[in-house]
Amino acid sequence: MTLRNVLIVYRKELLDMMRDRRTLFATLVFPLVLFPLLSTGFAKLSEMSLEKTRREAQRIMLLGEEHAPELAARIRADEQFDVVAPEANFREQINEKKLRAAVEFPPGFQASLEQGAPAPEIRIYLYQTELRSEAAAERLEAIAREYREQVVGRRLASRGFSAALLKPVETRREDVARAEQVAGMRLGRLLPYFIILLCASGALHPAIDLTAGEKERGTLETLLASAARRIELVAGKFLVVLTLSLVTTLLALGSFAYSVLYLQRGGSGASETFTVSAGSAVLVFALVLPVAVLLSGVLLALAVFAKSYKEAQSYTGYVMLGVLLPAIGSVLPGVEINPVTAWVPILNVSLVAQEIFTGSFPWLSIALVLISSCVYAALGLGLAAWQFNREEVLFRA
Amino acid sequence: MIEAHGLTKVFQDRKRGEIRAVDRVSFRALPGQIYGLLGANGAGKTTTLRMLATILQPTEGTARVAGYDVVQEPEKVRQHVGFLSTATALYGRLTAEEMVAYFGRLHGMEENALRARIEELFTTLDMHSFRDRRCDKLSTGMKQKVSIARTLVHDPPVMIFDEPTVGLDVMTARTIVGFIRDCRARGKTVIFSTHVMSEAEKLCDTIGIIHNGTLRAEGTLAELQRRYNETDLEEIFIRVVEQPA
Repeated sequence: MTLRNVLIVYRKELLDMMRDRRTLFATLVFPLVLFPLLSTGFAKLSEMSLEKTRREAQRIMLLGEEHAPELAARIRADEQFDVVAPEANFREQINEKKLRAAVEFPPGFQASLEQGAPAPEIRIYLYQTELRSEAAAERLEAIAREYREQVVGRRLASRGFSAALLKPVETRREDVARAEQVAGMRLGRLLPYFIILLCASGALHPAIDLTAGEKERGTLETLLASAARRIELVAGKFLVVLTLSLVTTLLALGSFAYSVLYLQRGGSGASETFTVSAGSAVLVFALVLPVAVLLSGVLLALAVFAKSYKEAQSYTGYVMLGVLLPAIGSVLPGVEINPVTAWVPILNVSLVAQEIFTGSFPWLSIALVLISSCVYAALGLGLAAWQFNREEVLFRA
Repeated sequence: MIEAHGLTKVFQDRKRGEIRAVDRVSFRALPGQIYGLLGANGAGKTTTLRMLATILQPTEGTARVAGYDVVQEPEKVRQHVGFLSTATALYGRLTAEEMVAYFGRLHGMEENALRARIEELFTTLDMHSFRDRRCDKLSTGMKQKVSIARTLVHDPPVMIFDEPTVGLDVMTARTIVGFIRDCRARGKTVIFSTHVMSEAEKLCDTIGIIHNGTLRAEGTLAELQRRYNETDLEEIFIRVVEQPA
């Protein structure tokens, strides 16, 4: 194998890819706009939605208000509610989402309270799973709770006791995790998953275009008739797929970093900030590199087997699924890096990257993951080279 | 020169089992001559030519092309061969010049020699007006010229053409036929496959009739006419393929 021929193939394929609109979009445009759109777009949307909910008073109905004038007055005083006149068809109105909730006060409610007897039950009617209806019900329950505490306080005071008797033990939570660890656990759990997904999506289109695409366009035989060896052809093509996979990932991470900074500067209210040291970033990149090699090799090997672009898309779809499952596995609770998970491709890098992003460095696991990933990367690359030497694959009719 | 010795290619098919696409084919093509491989679709022409161009490896037998063995020295063979077929398409996103230069480089040409050769070819084939145009924007005739330039860029002594005129209009096909004659005039060894009798009659110095993977008859047109006591090549062809192997 000569490096000269590999570089000739590499330069040509890269130029070819950069002139393809689909590749340009998938490699450059998509990763650049993905995170800003996700972060700023969703932040804006959720802000708008919250504002709308805040502005909209929730329509509720009070049934038998005369039985609980005190509590009813408290509910009426709450700005969140727009109390409408009682109607018999309140259930239908809740079902049709014209009414968020209804409160039914039983006869003798107020009288029972004044006599110190247990009051009959108040009913709150709501539309379960309808978010705004549930929110209204929760608020109504909170008002009832406050009212209950006030009634109990009044009763104790009338007997000469302090309201503090009701709370002999108090607890308070105090967070000792460093701010970056909190942020690391939140973002760091998701980030490796995104990185691996981006690696695969960056490699996907070039892998298909440079193999099945060539077959479909009839240029593969032209290329095979050249003096270059097949190993040189596959090496050049592989390097292009790997380059585009890494470019997609790095661009996406750049845009991700920008989005995180934007949100932090935007005063999202979060006290924690997400920071990654240069050392951690280099270490994660070193771990992701063999994964990118593995994915590029496997995608090339599968795509060259296909007769057409369309067929290759269906084969590589399974690879994407195979990437998603271990990546999702890494965000499940209880799944941690250990000598067994260190040998599960993709899952291992996801898990160990999470550790690194949260500021801990389990060096033995990192070394094990690096070794296993390199083994899988070599297998992926070998698979692509083997496929490229099989006549029955190249000329599959 | 091309010398094929017992070239055989066996494919394994899941449904049909073992298929002998080419079975012990031997022949010799000389420099300055055109050897025509005449056969129906599926006769084994393309497989034979792909083995000579080292795109496929023979299951048995071998061939020497321009003095190099197709099994032992496939890269050397490809450096000395120009291969053109209807299946050898162009890269649509490259310009005509980039396309020719890419293959020149893959054939090991140095940059200065490559530049000079491209200028020479583009002048000969009248390609300067579309040298910077992307191949997917070219007309069929222009594309054929680019393909010709691509096969000639490294000035190979052996030219292999696999049904190069299939699907082309009359004018473009004439360009290709003229190009094949020109290769002979320059002393190159030319082998070309066809199922069009008139093309074989017009072009070939030697005709080999291939059927079901075996070479059934071989000779000049005059020799075949004498042997089968028939003047029409089509009639000769029918008699050859109908005789028992």
